[in-house]
Amino acid sequence: MSLAELICPAGTPAALRTAVDAGADAVYCGFQDATNARNFPGLNFTPDELTETAAYAHARGTKVLLALNTYPPAGKVDLWRQAADLGVRIGVDAFIVADMGVADYIARIHPGTRLHLSVQAAASSPEAIRYYCESFGVKRVVLPRILTIPEIRQIRTEIPCEIETFIFGNHGLMVEGRCSLTNYLTGQSTNMDGVCSPASDVEYTRDADGSMSSQLAGFTIDRFGPEEKAGYPTICKGRYTAPHRREGYYAFEEPVSLNLSRLLPDLIDAGVHAFKIEGRQRSKSYVRGVVTAFRRAVDDIRAGRQADIADLVALTEGQKQTQGAFETKKWR
Amino acid sequence: MKMSAGIASGPPLAGRGAVSRLACALVQPLLSRVVRRIAARHPSLFARLGPHQATDFLIDPVELPFALHLRPDPQALVFRAVPRDAAPRAGAVIRGRFMLLLELVDSEEDGDAAFFSRDLEVSGDTEAVVRLRNALDDVDGSIAEETARMFGAPGRAILARLRRSYVAT
Repeated sequence: MSLAELICPAGTPAALRTAVDAGADAVYCGFQDATNARNFPGLNFTPDELTETAAYAHARGTKVLLALNTYPPAGKVDLWRQAADLGVRIGVDAFIVADMGVADYIARIHPGTRLHLSVQAAASSPEAIRYYCESFGVKRVVLPRILTIPEIRQIRTEIPCEIETFIFGNHGLMVEGRCSLTNYLTGQSTNMDGVCSPASDVEYTRDADGSMSSQLAGFTIDRFGPEEKAGYPTICKGRYTAPHRREGYYAFEEPVSLNLSRLLPDLIDAGVHAFKIEGRQRSKSYVRGVVTAFRRAVDDIRAGRQADIADLVALTEGQKQTQGAFETKKWR
Repeated sequence: MKMSAGIASGPPLAGRGAVSRLACALVQPLLSRVVRRIAARHPSLFARLGPHQATDFLIDPVELPFALHLRPDPQALVFRAVPRDAAPRAGAVIRGRFMLLLELVDSEEDGDAAFFSRDLEVSGDTEAVVRLRNALDDVDGSIAEETARMFGAPGRAILARLRRSYVAT
């Protein structure tokens, strides 16, 4: 049986402590800059904050993973290299990387440092995963959310590293690490600036009938009726009209969250080593609720008991949840 | 986590006229004291606000007879009750039921979830709102409890009663 480590989000020092106290095996976090894919205003860690909270986590046996999971623009690698050097000095337990140049730098300059391959690298075949393992010594791959459990089970037999899968949270899987939709509208890149739908470009307006419109860079991307649940203001989850679809429809994806709580035993059986909870941009309340629920579930499964999964639908986007491709390729 | 049909179906807005002005006058001394105390105890909160320390936020608890004007500038803090018909032009507006707003401040509820359920509305400068949310979320402990303790046993009793009435609705 795999260890089924619980990898939990931490957007602030207080959230990190909350995750640790709720039973995280590891927390993942980032600096306050473009080196990570949650480069949101007011979020993330200063070097001093990470030093202090990493000590808090380590004192309680929790690992700290530093996300350097964006892509440096060509020739502008210093920020990522400095972040890697800083992370090593702070003593983080692993780096989550997507870019080959960043992986190469850490492998060469800080040999022996543990590397995890971010979902942003979109490595979904044994060949691709093996390349990262052989070239940079990657020890774990975070799989894109496009594979079924039988496919994961098969990949596990063909790669020399651990597997981590998302189990809960935002389900934005638009060709992970390659999505340019935000960049198209705002000029900021999800992949290189670390921000999908930057808040500075988002605007919500309430209409007279109680409806709410969400706009990104001046473009209306959805309009929710007075009683309708809402989602994030991301283009991939926008609702659009088209010549053949006069009524608004979700052209790419829907506002829905991943929840694999019922598939945990199958994922463990397939050899998944670690479970990731998405949500560094979410509150301590979310971290406390989700980590506590999955901690209990994983412990129950490890002990051979039926897992008791708390109802987490109120925390999901659009208050809808899916098992996505993990259940079937026909999910969308 | 509570689920509801959102504030669109909530009570009609109050907060205009003489009653509102009287209510504002009554709570203002408390608000000034509360915000000075919170700022003194949690100075790191301001760093996460960045340039939005100078932003005027209008926090609108829909069932109270007034709204709250916040400008989180550490050099010149503003936190005051204002009648809705005399509210300043705000850079960002945050609207919801009072206890929800209080629970968001304390991270007892999740802001994104409240937004998804339509219990929370934001308008204006979204970045300002996100920064304020993240700044408050990084505060350890309960700002509501801290505030209640400032007023001793009566403060704690009022907070407990508010929480009970919110659960009951």
